[in-house]
Parts: sequence; C-alpha cells; structure tokens
Amino acid sequence: MSAPPATPKPPAPPALAVGHLDAWYGAAQILRGVTFTVGQGEVVALMGRNGAGKSTTMKAVMGLLPRRRGAVRVYGRAVSGLKPFEIARLGVGYTPEDRRIFSDLTVLENLDAGRQKPRRFADGTPAPTWTREDLFKLFPNLAELRHRLGGRMSGGEQQMLTVARTLMGNPLVLLLDEPSEGVAPVIVEAMADTILELKNRGLSILLSEQNVGFAEIVSDRAYLLEKGQIRWAGTMAELTENADVQRSYLTL
Amino acid sequence: MTFEGLAFQALDGLASASSLFFVAAGLSLIFGVTRIVNLAHGSLYMLGTYIAVTLVTAMGGAGDAFGFWSGVLAAALIAGVIGAAIEVVLLRRIYVAPELFQLLATFALMLIVNDATLWLWGPEDLLGPRAPGLSGAIEILGREMPSYDAFLIVVAPAVLGLLYVVFARTRFGALVRAATQDREMLGALGVNQALLFTAVFALGSVLAGLGGALQVAREPANLGMDLSVITDAFVVVVVGGMGSIVGSYVAALLIAEVKALCIGIGVVGFAGFAVNFSKLTLVAEFLVMAIVLIARPHGLFGRAQVAVRGAAEAEAEMEAPIRPASRALALFGLAVFGALLLLPFSARAFPYALVLGVDVLIAVLFAASLHFIMGPGGMASFGHAAYFGLGAYGAALLVKWFAAPMGLALAAAPVAAALGALLFGWFSVRLSGVYLAMLTLAFAQIVWSIVFQWQEVTGGSNGVLGIWPSAPFDRLAAYYLLTLLVVAVGVWLLRRILFAPFGYAMRAGRDSPLRAEAIGIDVKRVHWLAFALAGTVCGVAGGIFAFAKGSISPETISIGRSIDGLVMVLLGGVGTLSGPLVGASVFAVLQDFVMQETEYWHALLGGIILVLVLAFPSGLVGAFLRLTRRRRFL
Amino acid sequence: MNGLIVSSLSKSFGAVRAVDNVSFSVDGGEFLALIGPNGAGKSTCFNLINGQLVPDAGSVRFGGRDIAGSPARKICRCGIARTFQIAATFASMTVAENVQMALIAHEREIYRLWRRANSFHRQHALELLRRVGMHEAADRPCRELAYGDVKRVELAIALAGEPRLLLMDEPTAGMAPRERRELIALVKALIVERGIAVLFTEHSMDVVFAFADRIIVMARGRLIADGDARTVRNDPRVQQVYFGTGRIAERSGSAA
Repeated sequence: MSAPPATPKPPAPPALAVGHLDAWYGAAQILRGVTFTVGQGEVVALMGRNGAGKSTTMKAVMGLLPRRRGAVRVYGRAVSGLKPFEIARLGVGYTPEDRRIFSDLTVLENLDAGRQKPRRFADGTPAPTWTREDLFKLFPNLAELRHRLGGRMSGGEQQMLTVARTLMGNPLVLLLDEPSEGVAPVIVEAMADTILELKNRGLSILLSEQNVGFAEIVSDRAYLLEKGQIRWAGTMAELTENADVQRSYLTL
Repeated sequence: MTFEGLAFQALDGLASASSLFFVAAGLSLIFGVTRIVNLAHGSLYMLGTYIAVTLVTAMGGAGDAFGFWSGVLAAALIAGVIGAAIEVVLLRRIYVAPELFQLLATFALMLIVNDATLWLWGPEDLLGPRAPGLSGAIEILGREMPSYDAFLIVVAPAVLGLLYVVFARTRFGALVRAATQDREMLGALGVNQALLFTAVFALGSVLAGLGGALQVAREPANLGMDLSVITDAFVVVVVGGMGSIVGSYVAALLIAEVKALCIGIGVVGFAGFAVNFSKLTLVAEFLVMAIVLIARPHGLFGRAQVAVRGAAEAEAEMEAPIRPASRALALFGLAVFGALLLLPFSARAFPYALVLGVDVLIAVLFAASLHFIMGPGGMASFGHAAYFGLGAYGAALLVKWFAAPMGLALAAAPVAAALGALLFGWFSVRLSGVYLAMLTLAFAQIVWSIVFQWQEVTGGSNGVLGIWPSAPFDRLAAYYLLTLLVVAVGVWLLRRILFAPFGYAMRAGRDSPLRAEAIGIDVKRVHWLAFALAGTVCGVAGGIFAFAKGSISPETISIGRSIDGLVMVLLGGVGTLSGPLVGASVFAVLQDFVMQETEYWHALLGGIILVLVLAFPSGLVGAFLRLTRRRRFL
Repeated sequence: MNGLIVSSLSKSFGAVRAVDNVSFSVDGGEFLALIGPNGAGKSTCFNLINGQLVPDAGSVRFGGRDIAGSPARKICRCGIARTFQIAATFASMTVAENVQMALIAHEREIYRLWRRANSFHRQHALELLRRVGMHEAADRPCRELAYGDVKRVELAIALAGEPRLLLMDEPTAGMAPRERRELIALVKALIVERGIAVLFTEHSMDVVFAFADRIIVMARGRLIADGDARTVRNDPRVQQVYFGTGRIAERSGSAA
C-alpha cells in the first residue's frame, strides 16, 4: 500500500467499480450479481475455471455483450449504458483473450488503429501516454516487425501486439483477458514483466487468469469466480496460503 | 476488321469500363466492411442518372459548364446521402441477420426504389444534355471518338488512384480494412464503428451515384438501369475479387474490353457459317467469368473471406434433425391431396379455382425444388428461375419448331433444365454464400439475355405463343389433375431423397464441409448433383407452366421470378420441410388476388419482403412451430 | 512399414519458412505429440500432412504411398482420420446419424437415393458410440451436446473409417482440465486396443507428459527435439524457446 496523502481528501472513487453485474449469452445467464473493485494503481486478478465467467465479465464491463444489467463505474462515472467505443474513450483498454489482431494490417497500422488522445488521472496528473516508439522500447520484438502483417506473426508476438495496441489508446484502466493463455512459457514471463511495469506507471489493471503461478507474481488482490458468481475475495497472499479455497474454485 | 478498328473499339471499351468500375468498386467496398451485398446498389446508380438529368437540366443544360459539372457532382453526393440514410434506417437493423435475409432486404429496397423512381419521373426514358466542352469528338486512329468518352477513360484511373491512396495510406483506410475483419474489436479500441459504417456506405453510394451521373451524357435514364448495372457489377466483382478495389478496375476493364471486341469483330464467316460476335457479348462475359473462376475461385485479386468478427454471430436458430412425418402429418398430407383431387367438382361453383390451383401447384414445385438446395443444401440460388425458364422454353420451342406432341415436350423440359443446371451448377457450387447467390443470379441473367436477344429462335420479347395441351388435357380439369399428379410425385421424390443417404450427404456438406471431406464425401460433387437435381425438378414445373399458360415470354426467367421463389421459401420457413409448400401456396394466392390490384406492386412486394425479414425471420411454419413447439413432427 | 513417414517437408509463405526441412515418423500404436511455441509451424506441418496444404518440398508417405497434397477425401480413403481444433460434426443430425453418415461415406453409399439414411449401419454406429461413452445420447441432436461430448462424438466419427492413423489438432482446446485428461485417456486406450498411430498437437503440458509415448518439438519451422518426456524436458534448446526459466509454474491451484 502506498503512503497516505499528506492532506486528507474525500476518498477517491476506485478506478473500476462493478456492482451486481448480470449478463446473458442468448437465453443463458452467465453472470449473476458480480461485484468487485479495482483501486487506482492496483492489479487485481479475476480467477476461476474455464467457463466460470471471467471473459464474460470483461466483455460485459467493456459493453461488448448485447444483454447486461448492473452498475459499472470508471472513476465514479457510470458507463453501463454506453457503447464499447464510448467506454474505450473514457480510458478503459481491453485486450481480448484471443488477441484479435487485424491480420491484414501491419504492426504499425494495428497500433494506429488503437490510437487515442492523451489523458489525465482523476487527480489531474497526466497519465502515461504511449507513442509507437515508446511501445517499441517496451516490446523490442515488435520494433523489428513494424512492417510485418499481423496475420504473419507468431502467437507470442501477437500477444505483445495486442497489449501494445491497447496501450496506444493511453488507457487508465486495463482489462487483460488471460494474457498467459496459449503462449509459450518464455512469453508468459515477458508478459509478467510488462504488467509489473505498467503497474509502476500507475495503470489500474484487471487480469483474468487461471494460472495461480502467474497471478501471484503480478497481482495484489484476487476474486474467485464460479458459475458467474464471486465466491471469494482477498489478497493474493491470502489466496496462495489457502489451499482449501484453491481446491474449491481453481483445482480440477 | 482492321487493327485500327479493333484498337478503336478497345478505347471505346475503356470508356464503358469507367462507370462499371465506379459501381463495382462501391459494391465491393460496402461488402468488404458491412458484409452485405447491397442489391440496391444498382438503384443508387440509377438514381444518380435520374437526379443528374433533373439537376443538369435545371441548371442550364448543355450550355452551362458549371451547371453541368456541379449537377453531376451534386447527384453523386445526393446518392451518397440516400445511401447513408438507407444504412442508418434499414441496414443497421439487419447486420446480425443471416446473409440471405440481408440480400432479400436489399432486393426489396431495389423494388421500392424502382417504383419510387417510376412515381417521381414517370415511365419514359429521360435524355440528359451533352457535356459542355466535351460534346465534340477527337480524332483517334483516324476515327471520331466522343470527347466525353475520352474524359471517362481518364477519370476512372484517377478515382482508382485516389481510392488507393485513401485505403493504403490513411488511418481511415486502415480502420476500414480493420473493420472488414473485426468490427467489434475496433469498437473496443475506441473507434465509433457505426459512424465508420455509415461513412463507408455513403462513400460506396457516392461512387455508384457518380457512375450513374456520369452516364447522363451517354445514355438516357431508364427504369431498367438498376438491374442491368447490378448484374454487370456482380460479374465484375466476382471476376475481380470481392473487396478489392484494384480488382474491380481490372475486371471492369477486362469485361468491357471483351464486350467491345466482340462488337468490333462483328460478323465473321467460319467455314461457311456466319457468326455474329456482337450478339455474343453476354456469352463472352460469362466465359470470362467462368475461366477466372476455374483458375481463381475468389477472383483475380480476391482471397477467401474469413468470417467477420462481431457480425452475424446471433445466427438463425439451428435446424433440428429431420424426422419422418408423424402419422398425423402423413394423414393430413393425404387429406390435402384428396381434397385437391376433388377440386374439379367445385369448378362449376368457383370457375377460377382450377386456374388458381394450377398456379399454386406450379409455385409449390418451383419452391420445393429451390428449397431442396437452399435449405438442406445451404445453397441459396438467386437465379432459380433460369431452370424454370429453360424447362418452359425447352418444351415450348420443341412445340414451335418441331411440332412435338405434348408428352415429348413435357419430357424435354426437365432435360433442358438439367443441362443448364449441370453447366451452371458446376461453377456455382465452387462458391458459397453471397458469392453463390451472385453467380446464380448472373447465370440467370445470361439465360434471360440469350432468350431475349436470340429473336429468330426464341421470339425475343414476344416469347413463344400457342403452346396448348393436346387432348384430353385441353380440358382444364384434366390438365389440373395432371399438374396435381406431377407436382405431388415431384415433391414426394424430393422429400424421399432428403431422407436418403444422398440428402444426408448434402446436409453434411452444408453443416461442416471440413468434416464431410474428412470422412470421404466429395462435397462439391454432391452439391453439384443436388443442384442439377433441383434444376431438373424445377424444369418440370416450367414445362407444366408453358402448357398451362399457352404462351411464354422471357418473364419466366426474370430475376423477379427467382426472387418470388426465395420469398416463398422464406415465407414458409427455410428450416422446415413443409415450409416451402405452405409458403408457395400463400404467396401464389396473394399474388393472384392482391398484387394485380395496384400499379406499384413491386413496391408492395418489397414492403412484404421487408416485413418478413424484419418481423418473421423463421417464416410462417417456423413461427407456427415456435408457437406449438411441435417442430419435430413436421 | 505401417506408419507415417514425413521426410524433408518444407513450406514457405512468402519469405517466411513456416516448415523447414522437417522429418519424423509415427508407428502403429504410437502416441506422438507435436509441441512448440505458437507460430513454430505446428499447424502448417499438420495441414501439410492432412492435405489442406501442398508442400514446397519433401514427402508424406503413408502405407507406402506419397499422400502429400492429396485432397482430404482421398487421404481419408488411405486410412487416415482426423479431428479438428474446433470439433467438426454435423449439427443438424442426431449423434447416431453423425456416426452413420461417416459409415455411409466409408462404405461409399452416399449416392443412394431411396432407403432412409438412418436405417444404414445403425448397430455399428451404436457400438462406436458405446466405445466413446456416448451411446445414451445417440438420438439427441448433436447441436445440444456439451462441447466435451461433441469431442467424443467426433472421435467416434473418426473411428468409423477404421483408420490406421489419427491426426488430432489440439484435441483438448477449449476443454476443462478434467475433460482433457479423460478424453486423452480414452484416445490412449483406443490406440492400444486398435493399434492406431496418433499424431497430436497440444498446448497442455500435463496431458502431453502424462500420455504421449514420444514428443517432437518445433520452433521457427524446424524440428529441434525428438524423444521421450524426460529427454525433451531436459533439452536446453527446448527450455529456451518453449518452457522458459520455469520461474512461473503452470498450475491451476496448489496440488491437493
């Protein structure tokens, strides 16, 4: 936890607050009353088995599901009725599980597609902004590939590009859906370093993850989902120590 | 024909290619982003011409250069505004609908726009003024070429270059290309995709409008322009490759050149035969398309389309496994058949009943044969009337030229249709979805044009007269019973085949082509034979139709008839086996009673289609089943 | 030689050598895993073997014949079956009809026009479904099944052609860990029982190490290792390109 501010202020709203979120795919209700927060500068892991509702939660926050109900607030501002592009323009960045790189666009064009204006944090300080060159420093692999088509990249390279593309929008809050899924262990390590770097720069991050090994390195707190409901919440340290909880909601 | 003569024709071809390129490029562009094949695109072209005629005339006509060019540009922009309005009001509602419905909805729009144009400008062709400053001619290769044509030759590459720069070099272009793949992700990155779509639609419409407006000094505005240009544009887009602007240009050139050269060659003697090449333009167009499709199934510059993300993911409800008719349904079917057998006894009370009965029965067989490939086969043919027409003409021409007896002529109908279906089907099954729809439509247009142009044999627009059934079928009741028997056998056969291994193999190829191939099914071959079979049965309906009416005209092959078939199938419900029978009956009765009451029945039909697509996407039988939850018994 | 022999297989896309001089073989009754980082060329390699792609060079021999570049339906006739990364079944048919369709195709009866298809090979289809544990669902529409069950039906479809080689592209993708193990255990049992050779790609290392007889590793288009689990795990090159330093353990919870 950071040091308390010198002068007392009214408590600032969290970067992301989700309350009683319900969501449906067709007729099937996937989320039931999901409630959680991500504080400013915090990395929070949303964990659970396949089909528990992790990706659905992220999509629902981003406004990508046709049918959802509940409150989603970004720095106190209600966004639940907004369209995805409006939510993105409020500083919410989303990297999907399946990366969704534009395969006919080059790396540079993919990055340009994500470009948005610079932003400030809620307290008025400027938020980190990213240019293409900044991102090439963060992901040196991409620099060599700048004219490569997205479709001609390996899975690991695409995983970097999808994060970089989201950062081009200068987000304040980042939703990372399973960044460690389906990539080689070496890439997973690089991804963990990147997340810690972004946290250092002040971003607030919601991470969906199945791998406790990955989550414990990067996250401060965790929520465990099962069948679309939050079943447990606590710090990452509490989770790693609690074998019972892990067995109930994660182990198979 | 001299070399100079041919070269001059080639230049003329370049000029014709320009407008075609504008229309095809717009069509291709809109398809790339929205994945909707906008059949109403030809309507925007037509509106471009009509509006240009009105504006240019109002602004001083041929005497005023500023008035002329600003009129042309304004017409293109107005077409863009109309296009944007269409996108916002209608298409936004159907982006998630199955593509077949999208095609039908835009076709409905085309019908409505055509009637609106008729209402606004009247049925007469409208001539526009010549272009000021370009009304003369320049001398090229010792001949006079209209300066306006020379201008058109230059303007197309200029627009192509402009479009290329916009799409390859600007962020807008990159976003448009990204949207062709994953529009939802683009939204999550902060791009207002709705606005992007509208912008692309407007741009495509401006291109169509420009193509039409530039024609103002070349040809009179007329009500047939929408259909003729959209057919040509389809061929261009299929040849060039969907989504490729450069492909549209190259293909437009290729098609226009081939046509121009055919005209240029004219009549040539081959070993004592005189062949008139200028009448072969449509056949030549077809040949070009056929050759390209054999070599490159996705067109010269096209690629296989990947499914677009965030598009039709809310697809239509999946079909349930087919089951044999329950006892109740089988009895009901028999009862209906029995009642129909008894219909002649009511002839005294309702003299019109038998005429209507024959119409309905023909419609039922037509719709059932279309449903066979469209439902279980997954091949939505937009040109099924071709096989109806081949059957009708096959029978009628035998009677006309060889005085064949009715039995022989009726037997020839399915043979003629089968030959056509084998030929066209071979190409069609190589494509799927909207490509298949466009190709089948283009084939039907080609058949129509051949029948229309080959006046010496087919009678051209007058058709073939005096095809009357021989005794005892010259009595209406007897002819009705013959029709009933043939239709019942046809429908029953199609149904039987659907339950047999062949029908299953066809459905397997539709459900999962990958899996079907992996277990050893030659999916293309199965679909090809199914296509031919459906065409053959449709030809039977055409033969019956010819003798029922006593005369036929190219209308039997018209796009309108093909679309009628689609509406019948969808009206009943494409996912059910009995749907097409119900749909065809309802539609045929409606057509007889309602459509003939109004001069604007095209628009009325269009309105019905829109209601159907927007409100009853699973058809009458589908809605009935949903209501009763007894789908598996039908 | 009964199995599959891949020799010097190469395929380039533009300047990218997706598969670069790859050779290996699979014997009857052998369960061979193909692993490697994303983009290493696994899928390309797979598609060269199953006929979806035509190689630039090299051969794919099975049962003494070069099958490289043959259409899928011909490859199937040689005794090679496959399952797909996203299970491919016939959604508008019942579970039994799916298997019956495969049997009808295998017996070359698809052009029959008269007898009802669902009266063909019904018993045989039910036996195959029993073997994969799906016989109780035989008359349910395939589209209603849970994804794990669809995978089992797909396996029964693949078995209908009496294959001697089974190609499985990421057979457990999209499945929960428990389902994964059960499916692969079933495949393993079938291999032993019928002497089928199986080549599969897989991302889930627990499945690979627990069941594969042999593992081959691809990276940047080349084959960099070939051996049993221990050999591959300890290979320094494999560690570098694929497993990493081991700093982040892959686990879905503490071992209970």
